Amino acid sequence: MSSNTTTNVVVLILAFTSGFIVMAIELLGGRILAPYFGSSIYVWGSIITVFMLSLSLGYLIGGRISLVNPNLYRYGFFFLGAALALLPTIVFGDAIMDAVFVEIEDPRYGSLVASTLLFFLPTAVLGMIAPYSVRLLVQHRDHSGQIAGGLYFVSTLGSALGTLATSFYLVLWFEVDHILFAMSAMLTAGACLAVAAHLRMRALQA
Amino acid sequence: MRWLPVILALWFAFPAQLLARDIHREKSLYRNIVVREEFGRRCLVFSAKRGDRNQTCMDLKHPQRLVFPYVRMTLGGLLVNPAPKKILVIGLGGGSIPVTLAELFPEATVDVVEIDEAVLRVARKYFDFAETDRLKVVISDGRVFVKRSILKGARYDFIVLDAFTGDYIPEHMMTREFLEELKSILDNGGVLVANTFSSSVLYDHESETYKAVYGPFLNFKLPITGNRVVIARNGEMPDDATIKARARQFASLLEPYDVDIMKFPRYMSRGEDWDYHKRPLTDQYSPANLLRGDLY
Repeated sequence: MSSNTTTNVVVLILAFTSGFIVMAIELLGGRILAPYFGSSIYVWGSIITVFMLSLSLGYLIGGRISLVNPNLYRYGFFFLGAALALLPTIVFGDAIMDAVFVEIEDPRYGSLVASTLLFFLPTAVLGMIAPYSVRLLVQHRDHSGQIAGGLYFVSTLGSALGTLATSFYLVLWFEVDHILFAMSAMLTAGACLAVAAHLRMRALQA
Repeated sequence: MRWLPVILALWFAFPAQLLARDIHREKSLYRNIVVREEFGRRCLVFSAKRGDRNQTCMDLKHPQRLVFPYVRMTLGGLLVNPAPKKILVIGLGGGSIPVTLAELFPEATVDVVEIDEAVLRVARKYFDFAETDRLKVVISDGRVFVKRSILKGARYDFIVLDAFTGDYIPEHMMTREFLEELKSILDNGGVLVANTFSSSVLYDHESETYKAVYGPFLNFKLPITGNRVVIARNGEMPDDATIKARARQFASLLEPYDVDIMKFPRYMSRGEDWDYHKRPLTDQYSPANLLRGDLY
C-alpha cells in the first residue's frame, strides 16, 4: 500500500471508531445520571447540550492543532487522550455525582453540572479528531469537500451503529462500567494503530 | 341497507365498547394521558403503543370501592405493618392508594411522589383527589426524591412502590441500589409494598433483586391477575399465624373498599418460584425493559 492509502484507511477506521464511541458514551450517560437525577427529558437535555458543546469546542481546537505538522503519530495522541480522559468518569463518577447531588437541589442544573464534569473532557478530545482527520486526508483543495463528506459519512455511520449497538445489545450483555472500560481500551488500540502506521510509513520512506 | 343487521348485531354484541368515551385527552411531558369512561367506571389510561393500560379506575357509583386487584393487593402490606404512621407512595395514578391509606389511618401522614404534574391535575379534576395537610404530593422523579429523603434523614414505615409508565417500571427504579436506598429510609419493622408483573423473565431478575436487599419476602399473587405484589420488610417477617390474625382484624374495616383481605394470606408465598440463577438488577446492569420482552 502506498503511504497515502495507508493513511486514508487508518483515518477512516479511526474516524468510524470515534463516532461509534461518542454516541455509545452519550447513551450510557443517560444511564449513569438516572440514579441521581432521574430519566426525565431535562436529563437528556443536559447530556445532549454538554455533548454538543464539548464537540464544538473540540472541533475548534482540533482544527487549530492540525495547522502544525499534521501526522498520524500526533493523531494517535487524541485517541490516547480520550482513552485517559474517560477513566475518571468511570472511576470517580459516583463520587462526583454524589457531590453534585448534595450541592445542587434542582435536578435540571444538577444533571447539567454532573454531565459537564463527567463527559466534557473526553467528548471534547473526541471532537478534535474530526477536523484533524480532514487535514490528514485532504491532498488537494479541489477534493476537500468530497473528502470531508466521505469522512462525515463514515464517522456518522459509526455514531449510528454505536447508538444502536449500545441501546439494543451492549446494555443487555454487559455492565455500564465494563462497556466504558472497553471503549477506553478501543481508543487506546486506536492510538496504537495510528502510531504504528506512522512508524511503518516512516520506515518505508527511509 | 344490507349492512344494517350486521351493524345492529355488533351494536348489541359490544354495547360497552360503543359507550366507552374519552372525557379527557392530554399529551404530557412523559406520556399520553386519557381519562375514559366505560362500564360505569372512570379510568386513567396511559396509552402506550403496545396497547392501553389502565392505571387506576374509579367506580362512579361507589367511588370508595377499589376496582383493581393490584390496588387491593397493596393493602396486603397491612398484614406486615398493621399500624403505619408515615406512609410514602411512589406514583400517584388516580390517587386511590394514598387516599385509601389516608382514610384508613387518620393519624398517619402520607407523602406521594409523582413525576408528572399533569397526572396530579387529572387526579384532582377527574378522580376527586384532594391534598390535605397530612396528604401531600411532591412533583419529582421517585428515585431523586428518595435520595433527597436520605439526605434529610426522613423515615417512613410503609412505602408503596407503584411507579409505572405506560409500559412498565422505570429502569432506574428496579435496581438493587434503589431498593437499598428505600431500605435506608424505612424504619425498623417498616414494610415495602411493590407492584410488579409476573409474566416475563424480568420476574426472575426482580425477585432476585428484592431478595438480595430484603431477604425473604412475601410473594403475593392472586389467581385473577398478572400482577405480583412484593411485600418486603426491614426486619423479620411475621409468622403465618400473626398474618392471619391481622387479616381477621382488618376484614370489616376493609369491606367498604371491596377488599377481601381474609383471602390474602393463602396467596402469599414465602417460597421461591423463580429462577434464582438470574442476576439481580443493578445500576450497572438494568436492561429491564429489554428483558421484559423475553416472555416465558
